[in-house]
Amino acid sequence: MTSSPPTTVIPVSGITKHIGALGKAREFGILIALVLVVIAATTMNPSFLFSTDGWRDLLLTPSILVLVAAGQAIVIITRNVDLSVGSVMGLSAYLTGRLFIDVPGLPIPVVVLLAVLFGAFLGLVNGSLVAFARVPAMVITLGTLYAYRGINVMWAGSTRVNASDMPKEFLAIGTGQFLTIPILAIVAFVILAAAAWYMRNTRGGREYYAIGSDPAAAELYGLKVTRRVLTAFTLSGALAGLAGVFYVARYGTVSSQAGAGWELDAVGAAVIGGVAITGGIGTVWGAAIGAVLLMTINRALPILGIPDFWQRAVVGVLIIGAIVLDRWLAVRQRQRLIEARDES
Amino acid sequence: MKFAHKRATAVAAAAVAAALALSGCADTGSSGGGSSEGGGSDNLSITFLPKSLGNPYFDTSSKGGKAAVEELGGTFAEVGPAESGPDAQVSYINTATQQGVGSLVVSANDPKAICDALNEARDAGVKVVTFDSDTNADCRDLFVNQATADGIAKVQVDLIAEQIGDAGEIAIVSSTANATNQNTWIDKMKELLAADHPNIQLVDVVYGDDDEQISFDKTAAVLQSHPNLKGIVSPTTIGISAAARYLSTSDYKGKVALTGLGTPNQMREYIEDGTVTAFALWNPEDLGYLSAYAAAALINGDITGKEGDTFKAGKLGEYTVGADATVLLGDPYVFDKDNIDDFDF
Repeated sequence: MTSSPPTTVIPVSGITKHIGALGKAREFGILIALVLVVIAATTMNPSFLFSTDGWRDLLLTPSILVLVAAGQAIVIITRNVDLSVGSVMGLSAYLTGRLFIDVPGLPIPVVVLLAVLFGAFLGLVNGSLVAFARVPAMVITLGTLYAYRGINVMWAGSTRVNASDMPKEFLAIGTGQFLTIPILAIVAFVILAAAAWYMRNTRGGREYYAIGSDPAAAELYGLKVTRRVLTAFTLSGALAGLAGVFYVARYGTVSSQAGAGWELDAVGAAVIGGVAITGGIGTVWGAAIGAVLLMTINRALPILGIPDFWQRAVVGVLIIGAIVLDRWLAVRQRQRLIEARDES
Repeated sequence: MKFAHKRATAVAAAAVAAALALSGCADTGSSGGGSSEGGGSDNLSITFLPKSLGNPYFDTSSKGGKAAVEELGGTFAEVGPAESGPDAQVSYINTATQQGVGSLVVSANDPKAICDALNEARDAGVKVVTFDSDTNADCRDLFVNQATADGIAKVQVDLIAEQIGDAGEIAIVSSTANATNQNTWIDKMKELLAADHPNIQLVDVVYGDDDEQISFDKTAAVLQSHPNLKGIVSPTTIGISAAARYLSTSDYKGKVALTGLGTPNQMREYIEDGTVTAFALWNPEDLGYLSAYAAAALINGDITGKEGDTFKAGKLGEYTVGADATVLLGDPYVFDKDNIDDFDF
């Protein structure tokens, strides 16, 4: 061991660099994929990018999933998963609509705030169950996925909130633009930037990674694991709540089924974006780009002439591809570490 | 716990009611089956039992039913569960049977689950009319059908042809790819287009899965992939409102026509802002009105549910009972700027 210190040091630092580069390459890779999709669709049909509607939809359509995926990424990084985001989003969306109907005259910012707080509360319930009951997050949030959706169905029944029930100013936010950039996309980007900065640069943010890499070690090291897990779920809930508000503003109608199935899109976006499902690896940016890629592919495939029925298959291939890539990277990293150990 | 308790109570209530109904049935049995054969009675108490209460659609149908019963000089009542579940209506049917109502007008939550209860009611002399959503044919006296596939296909083809000047490309935004009713309507629309509108080309059928967001995004995609599109038909209420929402905020507003099946409350915004000029659905108020008249005709003995029987339904005119004891309301109703404010469902 001590006989050859240089050989010990050099490969380790090499590996670290290599892993870092791969991580970067991963986000860069999906960004390239995204650009290719946009170029291909635009070549087939210039209006995909260059018409007013096309440009707006390109930025606006992914904004909702970007929020949910960012929250999901934070939860997955702590080696948990939040399968209830679709239901949280649906319930918050319905609450938003109901508030406009039941409490007429309530200012829009208050409605938005209430919906976000409500989402955060639902997330806190998830987090508490996971952190205190020590049951795997997948089971807990699978339960709350159904429970929250059930509450939504009970509340909404077969009725829905229609566009004519809501103030025009609120619906205008859903399609409004500032310097041709949709307002919702700007809000999503600001929130995303803040979350990404926090996760990358602050001690608190790095603790999420530490917990996800090795929960037991994090606990032994004295990190406040329970508190961090609670916060991660609450954040995810709050972001899903905000996504619910976006949903109403954009689509102008909410039924009890709003957001059904979004949890899978959110997990898919995070995984495609390089967030390892085993925790500790990945970035909020990656998840966000994954979300944009997923939504953009959905919009581009019909333009490329790929029939409706194949579109989901393509998304499935992407997700499996991303997971296989993850696994392959993990195995390779393991081998390198073993090699490094053997060499030393 | 609460749910279990409620459930237990409901089961107990149903059991008691069933027992009462059974004993009641035994009593009338001894007096002979003449009462049900002869038909004619003047017990014009008509009870509406929608799928659930508080649903604007059924509020509207009950409004029509109430108006008809009042015209007839009978007594109208509306009962129903707060939520629609397969067996949620059973206890209400049993109660109405005990009360000895003249007729029950039911929109069935389940074609089979309420059959036994309905047949007990019929044995006790209650005339059972189904509307909106039928039960199996052997547990009701008459079904009032809101629309046929032919009628629905025709009204939509007529509307789109009128809106785009009978020429150009159109697309369909459907619900799910395997929805039987949607596919029947789409096939019939294709036949009608081929036969009567040779200048209209159906270029694409996309599936919005009865989800606002997917329907919305599919509408965006279909508009982008077919730059010459003149019109969109969406034979699903969720599809048409999502498509309208997209159109209303896009450059295509006013350039691409949209029609299909929708409800006035969903479409009000888009009729007002000019995105949509007209769409179709049946009129639930007329449906309730006709159902009440059909119920009264059964009570009076004017009809028995036999094919070819005719009866008068007030302002709607004369109706003939078709095959399988079914009465058809008529052609779907077209909603536009001028009449949309008369409806709230």
